[in-house]
Amino acid sequence: MMNSRKVEILVGLFVVLALASLAMLAMKVANQGISGNGETYELKAKFDNIGGLKVRSPVKVGGVVVGRVGAIDLDAKDFTPVVTLVISENYKGFPETSSVSILTSGLLGEQYLGLQPGFSFEGIDTLKAGDFIEDTKSALVLEDLIGQFLFSRNND
Amino acid sequence: MEWFAGIGRHSLGKLAAIGRALFVLTGALVAKPSLKHVPLTIKQIYVVGVQSLAIIIVSGAFIGMVLALQAYTVLVDYGAEESLGPMVALSLLRELGPVVTALLFAGRAGSALTAEIGLMKATEQLTSLEMMAVDPLRRIIAPRLWAGIISMPLLALIFSAIGILGGQAVGVDWLGVDAGSYWSVMQAAVDFDDDVMNGVIKSVVFAFVVTWIAVFKGYDSIPTSEGISQATTQTVVYASLAVLGLDFILTALMFGTH
Repeated sequence: MMNSRKVEILVGLFVVLALASLAMLAMKVANQGISGNGETYELKAKFDNIGGLKVRSPVKVGGVVVGRVGAIDLDAKDFTPVVTLVISENYKGFPETSSVSILTSGLLGEQYLGLQPGFSFEGIDTLKAGDFIEDTKSALVLEDLIGQFLFSRNND
Repeated sequence: MEWFAGIGRHSLGKLAAIGRALFVLTGALVAKPSLKHVPLTIKQIYVVGVQSLAIIIVSGAFIGMVLALQAYTVLVDYGAEESLGPMVALSLLRELGPVVTALLFAGRAGSALTAEIGLMKATEQLTSLEMMAVDPLRRIIAPRLWAGIISMPLLALIFSAIGILGGQAVGVDWLGVDAGSYWSVMQAAVDFDDDVMNGVIKSVVFAFVVTWIAVFKGYDSIPTSEGISQATTQTVVYASLAVLGLDFILTALMFGTH
């Protein structure tokens, strides 16, 4: 029979090993999520068609993830999708002339929001929490694209 | 008539067994916590948890490696071998980690618990404890139940972590998937709350059910050598079936809607 001190040490090592596994799963395997750490603010944008955009899809500026899609709703009056962007407080002061478009990573990959900062000069405000981004480009829907292509061929 | 009586007897017997199982559970868990039982629980964590580490680590490594190998042969046809990371991580965290750990735990630790408690009953140690005004449910059953509930989620976490490293050993070091994309695509696909924590919740539920079945079967066994062997077999069979059935229900509740 082992003495109880040795048992306690081994149980301690077991628990530490398990916590190390949890830490590894949390840090290395799972995404930390931009909303999880630090302050964020919200921007809104209206699209005609959001395609396959999902809640938690990334918002990127030039490929750098600056936030995530927080919510997707339908406007009650004109029935267009309204996307709420949750942006990290580290990245603020985008000019009012900025535009967002729904892009696809790769040919068949996940869809994400590309935020394109506009020019800022005198008299242009910066976007504040809750503001709507006016300039938006909707998702490319492959079926529509093929439809347009066939239509334009028929006209030739 | 005898046929109906048979069905009635059988159902009443099952109902009584469920009642006795609930009695054992409440007797063991619903009580004023006492510091005296903490060392007993630590000793049991050593027996059911630390001593199961070897089998958990070895199976975790091999299951991760096999997953990576099998997934790679399919994914490479579509040029999607970058998705190997999420494939391995999600299968392990959501399903294989909790389920395989629970099945191994039932075989490795559950059967031992049943046999130990059954033998205590057969050699009248439980009765002697009662004669000394010590409640065997609190002294014998409760530490084992808690040890199982604490150990199994920890074992499942270790299983998943080792499995992901095993998947990396095969996928990255042997088959040549890019190490950076193995980890980064995995990080993009795995969510801490949805995937890691749901796996832990599954594992806690399985731990509760498996340990409960194990201690109850031991406590309720017929105190003969034949009865103990029967109880040990029933522990492994019932616990495995309960884990697989519950896994479907939990998966449907957690991941079924999307």
